[in-house]
Amino acid sequence: MTPLSQLLPGQFGKLASLNPERGVDQRLMALGLLPGMVLKLIRRAPLGDPLAIEFGGQVVSLRLAEAENLIVDVSADCPIQRPRQP
Amino acid sequence: MSTPEPGLLVALVGNPNTGKSTLFNALTGLRQRVGNYPGVTVARKSGTCDLGDGQKVELVDLPGLYSLAAASPDEQVVIDALSGNIAGDRRPDAVVLVVDSTNLLRNLFLASQVAELGRPVVIVLNQADVAKEQGLRIDTELLSRRLGGVPVVMSSAWKGEGILDVRRAIASAVAQQTPMKRVAWPTNIAAALTEVANVAATDTGKVVTEADAQRLLFDTNPSTADRLGWTVAQREKTLRSARDRVRNSGYNPMAAEPLVHYAHLRIVLEGVVTEGAGKAGRSAAVDRLLLHRVLGPVLFLGIMLGFFGSVFWLAKFPMEWIQFGVDALKGVVAPQLDAYPMLQSLLADGIIGGVGAFLVFLPQILILFLFIGILEDSGYMARAAFIMDRLFSWCGLNGKSFVPLLSGFACAIPSLLSTRTIEDPKARLATAFVVPFMSCSARFPVYALMCAAFIGPLYGPGWQSVVMIGMHCVGLFFAVPTAFVLTRLVLKVKPQPFVLELPRYQMPKPRDVIWRMWQNAAEFVSKAGTVIFAITIIVWALSYFPRDPSVAERIKVANPSATEEVLKAKVQATYVEQSYMGRFGKAVQPIFDPLGFDWKITVGVLASFPAREVIVSTLGVTYSVGEGAEADSQHLRKAMQDAKWSEGPRAGTPIFSLAAVLALMVFFALCSQCGPTIATLAQETGGWKWAAGSFVYMTALAWLAGTAVYQVVIRLS
Repeated sequence: MTPLSQLLPGQFGKLASLNPERGVDQRLMALGLLPGMVLKLIRRAPLGDPLAIEFGGQVVSLRLAEAENLIVDVSADCPIQRPRQP
Repeated sequence: MSTPEPGLLVALVGNPNTGKSTLFNALTGLRQRVGNYPGVTVARKSGTCDLGDGQKVELVDLPGLYSLAAASPDEQVVIDALSGNIAGDRRPDAVVLVVDSTNLLRNLFLASQVAELGRPVVIVLNQADVAKEQGLRIDTELLSRRLGGVPVVMSSAWKGEGILDVRRAIASAVAQQTPMKRVAWPTNIAAALTEVANVAATDTGKVVTEADAQRLLFDTNPSTADRLGWTVAQREKTLRSARDRVRNSGYNPMAAEPLVHYAHLRIVLEGVVTEGAGKAGRSAAVDRLLLHRVLGPVLFLGIMLGFFGSVFWLAKFPMEWIQFGVDALKGVVAPQLDAYPMLQSLLADGIIGGVGAFLVFLPQILILFLFIGILEDSGYMARAAFIMDRLFSWCGLNGKSFVPLLSGFACAIPSLLSTRTIEDPKARLATAFVVPFMSCSARFPVYALMCAAFIGPLYGPGWQSVVMIGMHCVGLFFAVPTAFVLTRLVLKVKPQPFVLELPRYQMPKPRDVIWRMWQNAAEFVSKAGTVIFAITIIVWALSYFPRDPSVAERIKVANPSATEEVLKAKVQATYVEQSYMGRFGKAVQPIFDPLGFDWKITVGVLASFPAREVIVSTLGVTYSVGEGAEADSQHLRKAMQDAKWSEGPRAGTPIFSLAAVLALMVFFALCSQCGPTIATLAQETGGWKWAAGSFVYMTALAWLAGTAVYQVVIRLS
């Protein structure tokens, strides 16, 4: 179990938990980022923050501080229906 | 905003970046009206849409959003508009859901929420061409069946394909009133929703719909409860027990809505989309370049400097033409009224001058909006925000603040209008508040005059450049802490998370970009224009009256040998001196004394509150070199260099000492001297509170900084 903020660019992970009370997580859930969803850290912004992640066929930017509370499972063999590049 | 004609109202709803506005433009053919929703700064765009059979409906383009959970003013407007809760607006007779064909699941989440409102729905699978390119085949008939028989049509609004199908689908939705199949709520959640609806209805005596109950149960935002008048005391217990019920069934109440909807949609979409051979999009490859760690920022700076440099340079020519046209008009009109000097001055200096003074902003506004439109529609704007966010997040702004702040260096008006691209209301307000600190092009003539007259001759061209550059940074130096204090201490609004979709790159559609540019400019002219005009007339009147005709005679007698030109300048200077503005300037000069300003500069400062660049021509008048003074005028420079204090402790010393010159420039760098900016700020922040706050704050800051500069420099030199 790793915070999303610690993923390396190109690394996949499966979302283990989020905190539905937080505004950010509510936004992400509306975009379809729900527990069990496979996501990929695409890159960090040139200044290190925010991050660009990909899930469900879309690329979304979120801040490092916001990504710290999203816990992903990197060990799970990601049965990734490899997210299509939008 | 009410629409008087009876008839059907159809709402266009969808996620951002689905081509919704392009579809709207295609459906209405630019027969559009732009207004504002009451009480909020959300634009209401509507137009007339022909359904293909001669039947016409009013189509309203609601703001793009991902979810109906009310987190921002835009989202609240959509909820209210769809449920008919906007004063003076009808409830839509049908809802067109615009969906990105390449990402049905996420887009249909919003559709599924809208279905809960029970309105007839049309699903438009837009950007069908892109889906086809990617090898996606969508079974629209199957999808329609799964959604309860609502019309599902494919279109590519960009290419103008499938528009007729959309029109027909709207006609059939309106005629048949088929609602979209709703999600089946798990028993416990359904019971909780019923409980909330019943108690709320009993407590408030109002009709509480199922959709209302969902917002009450699932959202932390109290807007729906507030609208119903369901008080905290009344709702607290009910909501807690209802949420506990949801929790007991294994759902976190804050996550239940997306979980249930997405589970429902996965079943709906099974077998609807088949992936065939196709090209992957190029966006990822473009991002590898444009968001590259090193190249990304370099390209970003290049694009921004290129764009905003050209705003400056491209607008220069039409601005000169407008200025030329205004002057020419004055030249034609003025001589006709030689017999009526008051009317002549009112028309030439007041009305024509006033209208001209703000029309001059129009080219910059048009060009800036053209560029912003291109940046947004291409998908690069989101990348710019991604690159810049880190630099802004610490002081409560976000990456989207960058473009307004940068364009503020050209002109604050278009830049304030461009803060509309910031969704977070707090960041948006803070950005709008600090935009006027950016050193706009109207400050340039002031710096140029002072540098050319004093800094250059005394300290050489090197220092002249240093001071010029320094002056452009003064505003920035104060803007950042201002934003920090404002967002941290003053604004009690909860900060919005900065979750931003990086959409697929796309070629902007010229018609859309130009049309939006035009709408924004038209709104500016109609709203800010009237205020600007009024301010200009008031300042004109204050500096014209009273005007005793005997003054001219007396001056002529006192200076028998003076040439016509000198005489005219002297008369004008005297008139200004004894006008209300002049008297007021003399009266309040003590306030500006700590900055080293004499009464003439004070009059200039006062007269330039509607438009700061006026200082140059006002100094021209008060220093008796005639009205046509410009920043590079030799006469004005000479007159200013020679000016000395005639009385008081500083008698005999030059008025424009280094200290006073620097203080004057710093004062102009910070002071709120722009009527259009204040008017636009009021318009964009939804009231005069923030505009007044900005005026007082900037003016006080300018005075303090100017005083500090003068007092320090005078002691050092």
